[in-house]
Amino acid sequence: MTDKKNGNAFTNNPIVRAIGVQKIVVVLVLIIMLVFFGVAAPSFRSYASLLSIMDYTYYLAFLGIGVTFCLITGGVDLSIGTGMFCYALIGGYLITKQGMPVIVGILVTLLCGVIMGLINGLIVSKGGHAPFLATLCTMMIARGLGAIFTGGVSITWPLSSSPEGWTRSIFKFSLASGTKIPLGFLWVMIAAVVMSIFLNKTRPGRYIIAIGSNKEATRLSGINVAKYQTLAYVISGFFTGLAALAYSSAFQSMAPGGGAGTELNAIGGAIIGGTSMSGGSGSIAGTILGVFIMSVLQTGLPKVNLQANMQQIIIGVVLIIAVYIDVLKNKKLS
Amino acid sequence: MGDVILTMKGIDKSFPGVHALDHVDLEVRKGEVHALMGENGAGKSTLMKVLTGIYSKDAGTITFEGREVEFTNPREAQDAGIVIVHQELNMLGHLTVAQNIFIGREFMKGRLIDDKKMNEEARKLFDQLGIDIDPTETMSRLTVGKQQMCEIAKAISHEAKVIIFDEPSAALTEAEIDELFKIIRDLRDRQLGIVYISHRMDEIKVITDRVTVMRDGGYVGTLITKDCTKEDIINMMVGRVIYEDPKTESQVAEDAPVVLKVEHLNAGRMVQDVSFELRKGEILGFSGLMGAGRTETMRALFGADPKQSGDIYVNGEKVDIKTPQDAVKHGIGYLSEDRKRFGIVVDKTVAENSTMASLENYMKGIFIDKKKENEAAQKYVDLLKTKTPGVDQLVVNLSGGNQQKVVIAKWLVRNCDILIFDEPTRGIDVGAKSEIYHLMNELVAEGKSIIMVSSEMTEILRMSDRIIIMCEGRKTGELGIEEATQERIMHAATLRN
Repeated sequence: MTDKKNGNAFTNNPIVRAIGVQKIVVVLVLIIMLVFFGVAAPSFRSYASLLSIMDYTYYLAFLGIGVTFCLITGGVDLSIGTGMFCYALIGGYLITKQGMPVIVGILVTLLCGVIMGLINGLIVSKGGHAPFLATLCTMMIARGLGAIFTGGVSITWPLSSSPEGWTRSIFKFSLASGTKIPLGFLWVMIAAVVMSIFLNKTRPGRYIIAIGSNKEATRLSGINVAKYQTLAYVISGFFTGLAALAYSSAFQSMAPGGGAGTELNAIGGAIIGGTSMSGGSGSIAGTILGVFIMSVLQTGLPKVNLQANMQQIIIGVVLIIAVYIDVLKNKKLS
Repeated sequence: MGDVILTMKGIDKSFPGVHALDHVDLEVRKGEVHALMGENGAGKSTLMKVLTGIYSKDAGTITFEGREVEFTNPREAQDAGIVIVHQELNMLGHLTVAQNIFIGREFMKGRLIDDKKMNEEARKLFDQLGIDIDPTETMSRLTVGKQQMCEIAKAISHEAKVIIFDEPSAALTEAEIDELFKIIRDLRDRQLGIVYISHRMDEIKVITDRVTVMRDGGYVGTLITKDCTKEDIINMMVGRVIYEDPKTESQVAEDAPVVLKVEHLNAGRMVQDVSFELRKGEILGFSGLMGAGRTETMRALFGADPKQSGDIYVNGEKVDIKTPQDAVKHGIGYLSEDRKRFGIVVDKTVAENSTMASLENYMKGIFIDKKKENEAAQKYVDLLKTKTPGVDQLVVNLSGGNQQKVVIAKWLVRNCDILIFDEPTRGIDVGAKSEIYHLMNELVAEGKSIIMVSSEMTEILRMSDRIIIMCEGRKTGELGIEEATQERIMHAATLRN
């Protein structure tokens, strides 16, 4: 049984409780990491580094926001990594190889995400598949689909120098002086605020939390569990579409069949931010903070001359610690 | 007491192989607290599930507020004004108290949820009930007692006319029970009809106006509480059934040594200061009502759940049991009440299940010695007369009784001298039952010792040499078989310390 006697003066402080202990810790860790990389690698202290961190943040944040909804229902969406590549490849192929207007490419990219989310949601809620397995399958399907659609060639969305390259300016706006403004940060923040309100202040959001907290009790309260469970995956799919746009705007070419592993960075970000693997609790703000940790690692580790393989190990260890904290929290709850 | 608000008449319900309810009647009036009593499996919960639409009835009528009704799910019953406050609470631990109370019918301000208004409304409800709970508190941070108060508040906010309490006090402290009773009296004074399911005789006398007793799925009778004694109710609960073949005297030798001694075992709320001894060749029965803490005691003893304190002695020697492995090492075998979940691996063969607890003895180098394994399994198939086409048969294809024998074989292969049988005949048909009894008697004759947890009075009186009775995590009685009667066992099983 838990009651107010648990915890100490710090964790029972009303302000601390309102923000959440974990978020405060994550912010502190983030600051420590920035200071560490700044001291250890002089090249990290540059505007270019900030832009690089932002490039990683955009797509990871969108993926993270979406998958947070699945995690809160007690599920997960593993298809977001290869899905992101798949939708960007399809959209980019239509623009660059088929000569379609850019806006069509963008809409198709988003639509692909929504459709895949709907499929995931229906397999899980109506088909009764374990979310882990269902989305592992669609992860593989997405991987193959993107490659088949583009005929196995890499795709690069129009560069900023070309007239169709305006999608890139949405995320990174170049001033006349040549200075680049990370405009995408604004979009991420707007998305975070909107989805945070959606999660905490609307009925669908409330029911998504309720399903993750106690599915049977939610059902007995007369709530259509399948509907809101599906909705969580559709949200995840839509945000994967947004992530696809962010990725194709920030980076050069996308190879068919890529993107695997990206989902773990996004899910990791959500869990570091305090979203529970076992459902029922989570916050968008936490996910954004967690994603920052991941993108700072992605940018910072190469600067201190750690090889790609070493980076993987470090990110893996960070995730184990984050999941372990989640396990401890759940133990305390029960 | 006011007018009749709810009448259930001639309710009949069968499940495959079980006649769960046999023409049961129940009448609830406005402004009364009506107790529903009966032993485990008497049909109380089934009756309430029929009432609230979780089960459909085969025959009979339900009349609510003068109209005949038939609900198809709990939601319909709730909308009509019949609400159950469950023993296992249906709460959403991550949400706040107010969010829980109004789940599914949130107050809205435009498209957004109006949490402020919900908090205000919840606070009004609590004020009305005289309860001090903060509506903005997260549900899982409340004590079980407070969570129950929230369930009651939720019921009232649904404008309930009949509230069913399913063993509400089982998890509450003394002070919380007082508060609960205050609220129940208050609800009664407001002319609600209350159905109160409980095993606690003392409470029944304190809080209820009438008692309806059920036995074996049938209706026994309804009494005015203040006109009857505790013994009247117990007699109605146990009936005058002559139990077949009860044991008349202990079969244990006078000088039989103590093989297992448990002292002051504590493990959470369900195991509080439990001490007992088991002697060589003895069948020690553990009796009590559902949720008495018997299985929990066994699991703590076996190392399956952590224990807070307590000493265990095997053959006079103090042992440290932290995990099931430790228990098995000291010769203790546990046959779980839930065979399918904890006892056997259904999609493995009889042979594989038989040697599961002692595989290290059936190895040839790093490989399993299939031949030796099959021989050992065959030996126990013959010995226990397990009906199986062969030791390579998958356990899933065997009947319940024969599955149970495979579990017994597993512990015999392991050479366990102390066997804990937790509900050994649950889900087993009558013929197989007597075979299991026969087997248990043979085992003790060979010098094994058995602890038998059972909810069946017949089984307890037929098999045990000595009986320990538990109630709410405490040992409330110990009887030699010579002095044991159903009434005395029932008395101890409803005793609150």
